Amino acid sequence: MQSRVLLWFRNGVLPLTVAAMAFAGAQAQDLKSFEQRITTKVLPNGLTLIVCERHDAPVFSYTTFVDAGDVDDPSGESGLAHMFEHLAFKGTSQIGTTDYATEKVALEKVEAANDAYEAEYLKAVGRDEKKLAELKKAFLEAQAEAHKYVIPNQFTDVAERNGAEGLNAQTGMDETMFFWSMPENRLELWAWLESARLSDTVPREFYKERDVVVEERRMRTDSNPIGRLVEQFLATAYVAHNYGRSAIGWPSEVSQINATEAMEFHKKYYVGSNIVVSVVGDVKAAEVMPLLEKYFSKVPGGPKPEEMTTVEPKQFAEKSVTIREQTQPFYLEGYHRPDFHDPDDAVYDAIGDIMSNGRVSRLYRSLVRDQQIAAEAEGFSGFPGDKYPGLFAFYAVPLPGHTPDQMRDAIHKEIEKLKTVDVTDDELAMFKTRTRADLLRGLADNQGLSNSLAEYQTRYGDWRELFTQLDKVDKVTKADIRRVANKVFVAGNRTSAEIVTEAPAAAAKNDGGAQ
Amino acid sequence: MKSPLSGQWSVIGGRFGLRLLLLVGVLWGSFNGPVALNAQQNKPWEKIPVPKLHDFKPQEPKRIELKNGIVIFLQEDHELPFVSGGVLIPGGSRDEDPAKAGLVGLYGQAWRTSGTAKMDGDQLDDLLESKAAHIETAGDDDSTAVAWDSLKGDADQVFALALDLLLHPKFNPEKLQLAQQQEAAGIVRRNDEESGIADRESAKLVYGANSPYTRQPELASIGSVTVEDLKAWHDRTIGGKLIIGISGDFDPVAMEAKLRAAFEGLPTAKPEPPRNDAFPGPTPGLSFINKEDVNQSDVQIMGLGIDRHNPDVPALVVMDEILGSGFASRLFQKVRTELGLAYEVGGGFSFAYDHPAVFRVVVLTKSATTVEATKAAMGEIAGLNTRPFTQEELDRAKDNLLTSFLFRYDTPVKVLAERERLEFYGYPANYLETYKAALEKVTVADVTAMAKKYVHPEKLAVLVVGNGPEIKPGLDELNLGTPHPIDITIPMPKGPGGPTEKTQ
Repeated sequence: MQSRVLLWFRNGVLPLTVAAMAFAGAQAQDLKSFEQRITTKVLPNGLTLIVCERHDAPVFSYTTFVDAGDVDDPSGESGLAHMFEHLAFKGTSQIGTTDYATEKVALEKVEAANDAYEAEYLKAVGRDEKKLAELKKAFLEAQAEAHKYVIPNQFTDVAERNGAEGLNAQTGMDETMFFWSMPENRLELWAWLESARLSDTVPREFYKERDVVVEERRMRTDSNPIGRLVEQFLATAYVAHNYGRSAIGWPSEVSQINATEAMEFHKKYYVGSNIVVSVVGDVKAAEVMPLLEKYFSKVPGGPKPEEMTTVEPKQFAEKSVTIREQTQPFYLEGYHRPDFHDPDDAVYDAIGDIMSNGRVSRLYRSLVRDQQIAAEAEGFSGFPGDKYPGLFAFYAVPLPGHTPDQMRDAIHKEIEKLKTVDVTDDELAMFKTRTRADLLRGLADNQGLSNSLAEYQTRYGDWRELFTQLDKVDKVTKADIRRVANKVFVAGNRTSAEIVTEAPAAAAKNDGGAQ
Repeated sequence: MKSPLSGQWSVIGGRFGLRLLLLVGVLWGSFNGPVALNAQQNKPWEKIPVPKLHDFKPQEPKRIELKNGIVIFLQEDHELPFVSGGVLIPGGSRDEDPAKAGLVGLYGQAWRTSGTAKMDGDQLDDLLESKAAHIETAGDDDSTAVAWDSLKGDADQVFALALDLLLHPKFNPEKLQLAQQQEAAGIVRRNDEESGIADRESAKLVYGANSPYTRQPELASIGSVTVEDLKAWHDRTIGGKLIIGISGDFDPVAMEAKLRAAFEGLPTAKPEPPRNDAFPGPTPGLSFINKEDVNQSDVQIMGLGIDRHNPDVPALVVMDEILGSGFASRLFQKVRTELGLAYEVGGGFSFAYDHPAVFRVVVLTKSATTVEATKAAMGEIAGLNTRPFTQEELDRAKDNLLTSFLFRYDTPVKVLAERERLEFYGYPANYLETYKAALEKVTVADVTAMAKKYVHPEKLAVLVVGNGPEIKPGLDELNLGTPHPIDITIPMPKGPGGPTEKTQ
């Protein structure tokens, strides 16, 4: 309950802009200085290690970046990558169990019991309800038996007792990341924990955790108006590519994922060649690299999994989604764009910045300040991912009394301007200055730097791209912006989604007076 | 809004994120519930050496107190060529006229967007953004602030602009109107998200709907705020005890001289009048808000907490760890890991610096398991008084709190923020040290005494926000009496200026 201003004051988010953190442009934070502090090594199993020395305080942060996300969920198993992320907190054959040999046998029985239950449950014709109830009972009993050997949450317990700070993981469409910070004298302990969970995952308490994930879906998607809208929007914008699929999983799929499927996903995607581990902080590369090599060599080798080959066909029909419910209005639209390897990648960044960044941006000045029809309006790129062709999206939050249609028309007017009139010299220069600044701000703390190094190493095969990308930013011209806007922002390439407010039905009847 | 659009899914939810950063959890493992049949034979991780931590002494900022009472902190940090600063001003929304609830929020926006006589807000935007620099203002419940940052080379110019904004704002009616519109958009949307409703209404159960800590801006109250109100607020609060903090790559002698020149001439700071708020705590019982477009209930179990002056805080923090912080807490182990009833579950006491904060336990569960999950969470709260704390639990809680303690001061900016916070609330500068020493001394007996003193399940209020028709078994099964319905209808003013659209 401490003052929000105090939080904001030093650590928080400034309205519309970025908080006062590190800005740098000169000596301390350039590529050359990082080359002296960063050591990389590719292990025989294909896993890449990055160590960046920063000796300000006796702490370090790490990131494990796995090049697999929910876009890689097999057909019929949407939500699997995220489900596996949860499993990676459940321990190994050595941690989280009183007797793994016996537990392993019990877990195999759980799986067999689930298979038998599911086979009966999914029978379209002739399902025997009595048999189903028996199978369910047997399934629950098998879980209870396996549970006898579990020491719940022991993996995270050991991490937390040893000072893990900001312990979490996240699964996106494109990747799965695990991360925390720790006192530097726990580096070896961390290496043991992290390498063990990557290489020796046990499908412990899988079915309880599946229930937890379904609750996560209820919270973020089902019970949230924007969550509901976004799921429908993406499902409409894509007809073939997995970017159109619910990332947390369609209810019937995520609720049916089994442990065998999760472990197959692990076997295919959690191989050395698909993983980058970065460490930033008070460590000496010469001392720790042999130690990291010892532990992370335990991760199985194996070929880099093949990339998804489905290509979203060119959209030629404008599409729209309308949700009518008792929620305030909202407008969102998106246009297909190429993936992050596209030579115009930085041009999309320029459009996003000029249209959306701060109170100088075009959408703010037009929709919020001058026309006074929206509380907020922005455009952004790479949604829901950027490894494969994603969307360039725009959204606006109408002020009371204004409609999604007005948002659409006002956004289109600004897009039209982008297509027909060059942006100004000042706007282009501002984009370049701010991009440089924001990049460097992101490097100011250990965890942010660690995340970026691991991501760029994975995506470009070289963390240096984090810095050299600025060359591409510098080359963006006014003509590029017009050319790309004319290519991408066309009606046939557009999908829109809106919430239209519906009056409450028979609200007067609600004698509870709850609404 | 950002969260669903970000498309990221995490193993722990956002609501307790900050708590987890500061206060990680406790394993409760073999103590209750899922019982380990036999002791673990082999714990390889315990054989891994933990060397002595590298020597580290956090860098303290230089404190300068001017004759007029204004306090300056200088925190040098030459790693990066930038300078940032801020001025913290006592007085916030809890001090505003209730008929003009929302005034401080509007002030925090319109102050910066209006700008000064020399440079209006739009011109400031253009100039600062071209330099990737920032000046921002904000209002909160106990304070307002101006903060800035820029490259070292622009620092003098940006400081001059920030100082001009601090001392000579020129409030612009058009920018006030813009802020009012944005605030109005927030008001009419405040019943769209279930968690927003639950967090807001549960706090009202503890403090009362008209308390300075929970009263909410309404369309009528924000509509009544004028430019004169903003000026009057500024004139009153700018005479308070300002706290100024500067960090980054600057010359300390020159910076001190510059700040003295800017602030020494101001009149003697007037102290904020003391507040005499009453904190009776919640009326026990069950409240319900029906929201039929959700399939998950947001359950909040609420009580009154304490403030940080209270010497019981360290022992209560340890008890909190055991109850509801992180993966290993009793609530997480029971409701999430063992029962699989929730993704988000946790909570406990929170601690404000100058008034009692709340006790809050939250559990989000599907409609059909509302009663089961609420009972499980209530059971863990009651269990604080009936299921003895073990030495093992205590050791874990203290390990969690103490091993990660250095993340409170591992950067110069964090040290500066802590010193500013302590100065603002009048705590001794060595508060963190004495707090840590007290944490180290907490015993099982202390924690048991805390539960006895502060945990009274019969005095708690329970709020359920959820889909009434889907909640089966019904809330009457909680045996907390008839659910009291809360009316969250948004009052819509009539006449010109008010929004025309009907909202729920």
